Amino acid sequence: MSVESLAIATAQAARRRIGVTLAMSVLVVLLALISLGTGAVRMSPLEVAQALFGGGSDVAQVIVREIRLPRMILGLSIGAILGLSGAALQGLLRNPLASPSLFGAPQSAAFGAVAVIALGLADVRSYALPIAAIAAAFGSVFALLTIAGRNAGLLILILAGLAISALAGAATALVMNLSQNPFVVLEIAFWLLGSLEDRSFQHVALALPFIVLGGVILFSQRSAFRALSLGEETAQSLGVDVARLRLVVILGVALGVGGAVAVTGTIGFIGLVAPHLMRPLIGHDPARLLLPSALAGAALLLAADIAVRIIPSTSDIKVGVLTSIIGVPFFLYLIRRERRALGGGVA
Amino acid sequence: MTLLTAQNLGVTLAGRMVLTDVSLSLSSGHLVALVGPNGAGKTTLLRALAGLVSSTGAVHIRGDALASLPLRERAKRFAYLPQGHVVHWPLPARDIVALGRFPHGVTDPARMTAKDIDAVSRAMQAADVVEFADRRVTELSGGERSRVALARVLAVEAPVILADEPIASLDPRHQIDVMKSLRTAADSGVLVIVVTHDLGLAARFADHVMVLSAGRLVSQGAPADALSEQVMHDVFRISAYRAEHQNEAVIVPWADV
Repeated sequence: MSVESLAIATAQAARRRIGVTLAMSVLVVLLALISLGTGAVRMSPLEVAQALFGGGSDVAQVIVREIRLPRMILGLSIGAILGLSGAALQGLLRNPLASPSLFGAPQSAAFGAVAVIALGLADVRSYALPIAAIAAAFGSVFALLTIAGRNAGLLILILAGLAISALAGAATALVMNLSQNPFVVLEIAFWLLGSLEDRSFQHVALALPFIVLGGVILFSQRSAFRALSLGEETAQSLGVDVARLRLVVILGVALGVGGAVAVTGTIGFIGLVAPHLMRPLIGHDPARLLLPSALAGAALLLAADIAVRIIPSTSDIKVGVLTSIIGVPFFLYLIRRERRALGGGVA
Repeated sequence: MTLLTAQNLGVTLAGRMVLTDVSLSLSSGHLVALVGPNGAGKTTLLRALAGLVSSTGAVHIRGDALASLPLRERAKRFAYLPQGHVVHWPLPARDIVALGRFPHGVTDPARMTAKDIDAVSRAMQAADVVEFADRRVTELSGGERSRVALARVLAVEAPVILADEPIASLDPRHQIDVMKSLRTAADSGVLVIVVTHDLGLAARFADHVMVLSAGRLVSQGAPADALSEQVMHDVFRISAYRAEHQNEAVIVPWADV
């Protein structure tokens, strides 16, 4: 093969990636419009677009702009940051089973938020909540990576993640256990079942700055993930400060996941599933997977949040429950696919 | 002209002195073989020279202290080829080779300057990997994968190449091919340091041999001198058949002593 045909092959691959990314963007926009039209009052995407830009009836405008728009914005941005966090962690650890929820990050963030409320430190709508959630998420991922050590295999990461999730769950249960205030117990239950219902622009203001900051931080590290494909030592020899990169990625994931959990509770498995859906279409390059994974995460959470509104049931299904119910079998499927690496104990 | 020097280099790993008081001075345009028994500290010496492990003593490259150079600048001066050629994701071979331009600011293989594209194509031709440039590295044979790793290192176009057992687990033909590519790089002015257990190929291709034993540099010089009967006996505990063929030293490990 000549050098010229190489350039052609590279251009073809690039066109394909751009095509997939555009298609995913269109899908996200469509799902966002459907999300704005779904609920007690059904509206077509056209009616939604009209209401959004000041047309249609006053009622339609209130429903779309004030009730459903914050919910849609949170679904989109949280889905995106979860997908991006999953892809970033998988890139950092060169490991297809890495994701925030398997590492106990959302569970720890939920504990951080719950502890702040139970201790009466802050109101549910103060910035203390996302900050506590972010601190707890940072602590959990940092502890996990420190315990697992450099070049940790699948097995060690999963075991350490299991332990940290269990610890965060137990700590949350302890708070619930000790709490005298029924309101607190209710709040805790809310954090355990992630949901996007009844969110206002106050919630958006609380979470979005952290989510955007976390997303920018993770995305800015993308080229280092490609160098890390060759292992930490080689990446270091290519000029990547691997120790710094680890801290930066942990910070980005903590900001995003902590900010998200502070307003919606734990929504799991989006970060695990999204990159896997994109690999067959985009390829395995960890740098190129970041943006499509964020789009896939946004599409998944928007779709799940639409589903909980249209699945007929006597009481509301929480979206966090739905993502786990879909995500866990997918995780089992991945374990089956990766079992050779897992069984060997080395990855 | 002297390119790379080390003074009193020492490395302690987990409380054990792995490298003790190693001093060397090497100039460009040479292929240097670094040999020694298992656990002698060969890999550690390469890593210390590249600044990948903290060490006592000093390393200077082109007169600059290694410790004073930022990571990116070190990466431009030392191209490091580790053992095993690990690639964690099934990336196309050309993207792996393009990572050699990472120290020069290429963060996306799809967006390279003409100079970078040139360097990558030259490296791919030199390592003979152009024909499978579009295949995923995980689908390549061990020999092909090691040539991709070699191309990645050549693409850096660094003044120093540090290669850790680049010919381990290759068949004889590929061993010779890789050594030839490194020899060509040396002839074009690069200082190439190769860790190897193959004393025969070291003697055949290197113009300078360094013998490491228990963390110390015990012998160095032209192959036939550095690998003297005494060194073979004391360091490797073997005797060797020695001869000359086409004006090259032939050393074949023969019997234990």
